[in-house]
Amino acid sequence: MTNSSRRDALKCLAFGGAGTLFALSGGVPVPMALAAAATQRTAPLKPFFVQISDSHIGFAKDANPDVKATLQRTIDIINALPERPSLVLHTGDITHLSKAQEFDAAQQLLSGLRVGELHATPGEHDVIDGVGQEFFSRFGKASNGRGYYSFDAAGVHFVALVNVMQFKAGGLGALGGDQLDWLAKDLAGVSASAPVVVFAHMPLWTIYEPWGWGTEDADRAMALLRRFGSVTVLNGHIHQIVQRTEGHIVFHTARSTAYPQPTAGDGPGPGPLKVAPERLAGMLGFSSLAISGRAAALEDSTLA
Amino acid sequence: MKRHAIGAAAALALLFAATPAAADGAISIKNFDFAPMTLTVRAGETVTWRNDDEEPHTVVSLDGLFRSAAMDGGESFSFRFDKPGTYKYLCSIHPRMTGAIVVK
Repeated sequence: MTNSSRRDALKCLAFGGAGTLFALSGGVPVPMALAAAATQRTAPLKPFFVQISDSHIGFAKDANPDVKATLQRTIDIINALPERPSLVLHTGDITHLSKAQEFDAAQQLLSGLRVGELHATPGEHDVIDGVGQEFFSRFGKASNGRGYYSFDAAGVHFVALVNVMQFKAGGLGALGGDQLDWLAKDLAGVSASAPVVVFAHMPLWTIYEPWGWGTEDADRAMALLRRFGSVTVLNGHIHQIVQRTEGHIVFHTARSTAYPQPTAGDGPGPGPLKVAPERLAGMLGFSSLAISGRAAALEDSTLA
Repeated sequence: MKRHAIGAAAALALLFAATPAAADGAISIKNFDFAPMTLTVRAGETVTWRNDDEEPHTVVSLDGLFRSAAMDGGESFSFRFDKPGTYKYLCSIHPRMTGAIVVK
C-alpha cells in the first residue's frame, strides 16, 4: 500500500473510540492502530452495522448478577451513537437456558434498539431443547425456521449460519451438509466484488479445539467464500475479542454483553470469568462494522 | 422419549432412602467433565447427574433415550435404566463433554 492510498483509505475510515481498522486496499485488509487514523477523521463510513453477542439473559451468578442491565447499557450506547446503524446482528446466546421467559425478557430489551432491523442466529444456549423451539418461534421467520438465511442490505450480502445444532460427541460446532449445499447455491448468484458479511455463533475457524472453540466443517464454507474481495466473518461464543485475517477474509469474535470468559486454556473450561466489579464494564461490549466499497472497518466498543 | 422430572427422582431417592446413594448411580458434573466418565449400574437402577459447575450443562443420550433440560449449577437430572446395554451421552452445550452408562 502506498502512502497516498493509505491516506485515501484513512479518509474514509473514521471512527471514535479505540479499535482496530481494516483497510481493504485491493481487497487485502491491513489492520492499523486506530490511533494512527485518529488525526485524519472525517465523516464516518456509511452504512454501518452493529453486532451484539452472548447476552445470556437468565444468567445471575457472581460474574454478572444483572445481565439485563448490561444488555440495556449496550442498547443505550448503540442508540446514542452519532450514526444510526443500518441493522443490528445478534450472534447468539441471547438466553442462558433457552427458557421462554428469558427470551421474552431479551426481546423486550432488544425492542428498545432504535434500528430498523435485528437479525439473530442461535447459540447453543438458545437451543438446549435440541430443536430451538423458543428461539425459532421468535427469530425463525427470516429463515423459515431453518436458521440459516441470507439477505442484502445497503449493498452488502449478509449470510446467517447456524453451527450449534449438529454437535457430535467430542466435537466442535458444525454446519452440516444441507447448510453447506445451501450456502454454495446462495453464493453462486453473488458477484465477487460484493462485500460479504457472514455471521454465526461459534467461531468459523479453530481458535482452541479442547474447548470446542471452532467449527469442524468451516473450511468448506471458507472455500466458497475465498473468491470474494471482501469477506467479514463475525462470531461470538468466546466472550472476548480474537481476530485473524486470511487472504480477503477477516475473522472476528465480539465481546459478550453479559460476562467475560478466560483466554483459551486458562483454567478447566470456558465458564464465566469473575473479575473485580470495576473491571467488568471494560470487558463487555459490542462490535461495529462499516463497509464502503473496498474498505471495511471493524471497531470494538466496551461498556466502560 | 422418556423423561423423569426431578420430583420423580426425589421420590425415588426417598423410596431407596435405606440404600446408600452410591448404590444407585451418581455422577458429578464438575470442571466440564462427567465424574465418573463411565458408570456401571444394574438394570432398573437410577442414575442422577448433578451439575457442580457454575456453567449450565445437559445430558443427552446419543441414541435419543434420554435428554435432560438445562441443569444450572446445583441442579440435577435422573434417569432409570431398565435394559442392559451401553448408553453414551454428551452435554449438548459443550459436546466435548462425553460419558457412558453401562447397564448390566
